[in-house]
Amino acid sequence: MVEAKVVLKNPTGLHARSASIFVTEAGKFKSDIFIIKDGKQVNAKSILNILAMGAKKGDEIVLKVVGEDEDKALKHLVDLLENLNE
Amino acid sequence: MGVNNVLIKGIPVSEGIGLGRAVVIKESEYKVKKTKIEDTGAELRRFLDSIEKAKEQIRKIKAATHESLGEKNAMIFDAHLLILDDPEFVNMVKGKIEEGVSAEFAIDESARFFENIILSLEDEYMRERANDIKDVALRLIRILNGEEQIDLKSLPEGSVLIAHDLTPSQTAQINKRHVRGFVTEKGGKTSHTAIIARTYGIPAVVGVENILYKIKDGDFLIVDGYEGVVYVNPEEDLIKEYERKLIEENRKKEELKSFLYVEPRTQDGRRIKLFANIAHIEEVDAALKNGAEGIGLFRTEFLFMDRSQPPSEDEQFEVYKSVLEKMEGRPVIIRTLDIGGDKNISYLNIDKEENPFLGYRAIRLCLGNRELFKTQLRALLRASIYGKLKIMFPMITCIDEVYQAKWIIQEAKEELKKESISYSQNIEIGIMIETPSAAVISDILAKEVDFFSIGTNDLIQYTLAIDRTNDKVSYLYNPLHPAVLRLIKMTVENAHKNGIEVSVCGEIASNPEIVPVLIGLGVDELSVNPSKILSVKKRILQMKCEEEKHRAEDLLSWQ
Repeated sequence: MVEAKVVLKNPTGLHARSASIFVTEAGKFKSDIFIIKDGKQVNAKSILNILAMGAKKGDEIVLKVVGEDEDKALKHLVDLLENLNE
Repeated sequence: MGVNNVLIKGIPVSEGIGLGRAVVIKESEYKVKKTKIEDTGAELRRFLDSIEKAKEQIRKIKAATHESLGEKNAMIFDAHLLILDDPEFVNMVKGKIEEGVSAEFAIDESARFFENIILSLEDEYMRERANDIKDVALRLIRILNGEEQIDLKSLPEGSVLIAHDLTPSQTAQINKRHVRGFVTEKGGKTSHTAIIARTYGIPAVVGVENILYKIKDGDFLIVDGYEGVVYVNPEEDLIKEYERKLIEENRKKEELKSFLYVEPRTQDGRRIKLFANIAHIEEVDAALKNGAEGIGLFRTEFLFMDRSQPPSEDEQFEVYKSVLEKMEGRPVIIRTLDIGGDKNISYLNIDKEENPFLGYRAIRLCLGNRELFKTQLRALLRASIYGKLKIMFPMITCIDEVYQAKWIIQEAKEELKKESISYSQNIEIGIMIETPSAAVISDILAKEVDFFSIGTNDLIQYTLAIDRTNDKVSYLYNPLHPAVLRLIKMTVENAHKNGIEVSVCGEIASNPEIVPVLIGLGVDELSVNPSKILSVKKRILQMKCEEEKHRAEDLLSWQ
């Protein structure tokens, strides 16, 4: 299991199109992927869960990845979150 | 049992006459009963099959939307596909089915569960996403019920579409050549259905109450897009009469088409430029189809309406860029936000005003909301490299407003320069002449700007102190009032003295009786609705400029 903290810097947070992009990318990995926000953990491959989380710009989230491609997945998704500009 | 010979009234939003058979698009009722299932394995397979079918349908709609409305509009369907792939949603439905309920019930319950969480977030964007869930659930339930989706792509020739309202995803699929008319329950002149109807020249009547109950599939209809009436199963005589009208209309259309490639020039050789007014990106096609030499007025208000936050710089940039690209180097005059207290826009927090038309609106509002204004200007500047952009400010009343607006453009340019973002070096800046004060000081204003555009609707209203929508005084609304004509003449003379051009973009620019007067007064350009371009051109080709000058002179002192 690997995890990393990320502060959302893009204007819409995990909202709008950024949520769609994130879920699509997360879905490409075999590992189980979770987002933890305010102590609540959700499945990061679920668009409905991510939307329901309502993460905004400035929110801190923890990305947790468990599975065979966990290192690759974590790096890819952290990069993605840090470079979102929507 | 059908109704016969019934007349239904609505709002005419797209001119023309259409005769055809009704195709009624009914929205399914979203109600599912709880039924007990014995063979849960079979039920699970039904559910999984329905997901695959739904994905297939959505991919097709997405492709069609992408083709006709562009990537941005197609993006909503990505969200739909993601929901169908959502493991939490799918597992919740599966879990319920395993407990022995029908797939329909399980889908309905699960969709409602997520819908409620998302609705509780109180955010407009989220409310839209809640709609996406509802749409997806409805699609699945329809598939499970074996309900046929009306195939909008293969509508029979001579169809009249009857709907509550048409959505962009629906209109994108419609084979417009087979459609003779639109009749909808919802909507007004600027609704999506109305814009699409005008763009494709399809007669349309909207705002008809209970239309889905009044008209049945296969009813024979006459849609009169001039008068805003629909006849259901009319008598033979009426059909004959309308068929004659339709033939006459088609003859006129054919005649006008012959002017498409003719230069608009008066008989004595004065070249008049003919531009199009548009309010929506989808209308660009209609402008080009009718031979517009450019866009004389692109109203940007629609971008700002019906939402909880102003559009971002990027969102605006994409729209301006695609209009400029579609016009392929032809001039495009984009008017900055022209909005006031008469429109209810929550995020602008405009206080209720006694008299919004004399209040905080248009350029006044923009100068008071620098961030909002600068965001629009930055988006415009960034888009300027994709074509020939001209920027126009509405409702100018004094020179200071021009200075301030130009100053903010300068600021925006410097910001972009610092950020190494490119913009065109020769963007013309113009103003609307739509207040008497602007017309009277047009000699001063002409020295500061590159063009004038006379907005006659407001100029007439402000000059004659007439609210045209007030029935008691509307008889005083007179575009040919000497006061109005004198202001136009003064504006044209002052512009020409300073070497700049004047266009007229109000409604009267497409009135065949007034066009000659405007040309007589020396106006250089007319900007009209795309569907009117050719008839205005025909009028220009018939007139002699010198004759109209004399006639206009007479009108200046006419009582």
